[in-house]
Amino acid sequence: MNYIFAFLIVISFICAIINGKMDVMTDEIFQGAKKAVEISFGLIGIMGFWLGLVKIAEKSGLMEIFAKIINKPLLLIFPDLKENKKALSNIALNISANALGLCNAATPFGIKAMENMQEENPKKDHATNSMCTFLAINTAGFQIVPATVLAILASNGMENPSQIIIPTLITTSIAFVSALFFAKILEKVRGFK
Amino acid sequence: MIKILNSLSVFILPIIITSIVTYGIIKKVPVYENFIEGAKGGFDIAIRIIPYLIAIITATSAFRASGAADTIQNLLSPIFDYLKIPVETTIIMLTRSLSGSATLGVLGDVINQTGANSYATKLAAVITGSSETTFYVAAVYFGSVGIKKFRHALMAGILADIVGLIAAIIICRIFFL
Repeated sequence: MNYIFAFLIVISFICAIINGKMDVMTDEIFQGAKKAVEISFGLIGIMGFWLGLVKIAEKSGLMEIFAKIINKPLLLIFPDLKENKKALSNIALNISANALGLCNAATPFGIKAMENMQEENPKKDHATNSMCTFLAINTAGFQIVPATVLAILASNGMENPSQIIIPTLITTSIAFVSALFFAKILEKVRGFK
Repeated sequence: MIKILNSLSVFILPIIITSIVTYGIIKKVPVYENFIEGAKGGFDIAIRIIPYLIAIITATSAFRASGAADTIQNLLSPIFDYLKIPVETTIIMLTRSLSGSATLGVLGDVINQTGANSYATKLAAVITGSSETTFYVAAVYFGSVGIKKFRHALMAGILADIVGLIAAIIICRIFFL
């Protein structure tokens, strides 16, 4: 992350000189900082709402029931979480919400899953294998119907926008499987331990 | 098919919300108190992720505003021409992992430049719909629990993004060319 951050800053500086966009870039940097706070604050309400519901589901035992159903396939992907039922069910909820395109619901479940995994993490500032796998498959953004994109295409007058659904589904499935694959391979690389 | 899925998705959230609360009542859980207890967490999480988001959003904004994507587009255009990939889609490939709102903006640009029914638009739409904003997801999820050492998570995410891009290019060629 240190290198990526530095790389983005340095490459931007060089390109801004070449393209003569130094003033625009400076402006955008501070706009970006402002936007970061706006995004975080925008999350409070939705996040609070879903975390409230999750709490009810935890107390009523609904999460355990859900976890039992989906346990077996998930344990193949996250073998370290055998004893961490809460993390497993939040992961399952996160993946299902993402698949259905319910991004607002998916993020709180994902964060909750991270918190559950963090509880059993011996090194609090290092990501565990399960955390990395979970993050990687989340960045692949698996969803069944890309609703936002479809809405943009339709509003711009594409004929039959649904023609992109199947190609998108195939692509995102490939990305999902390869994210899983890379996460599992890279966790064995010594440099990342 | 899409109509069914669309109307389904309108119902899914309310159904989930109602069933959670109803099941809680059946199991004699004090639903209101627990809801409040859980909802308190929303604020803490939002505060915790702020520094991570500031870092990632300023860095990606700088990258976008510096015209780096245009410079890379110019460098890549001979290769893209050879592979029959529309040059207009270069920027979307570069911004996809960096910024979600920027990507939707770029998708709009591609539609404006090439028309809503062009091959470039279809490819850009598949790329946009098939991936998440890797850096944003990492900042939010790891930020929420204070993880600073991401280990291999980003590398795996980026490699998967690259595979996804290549897959999008090949699959769009099969479907739309």
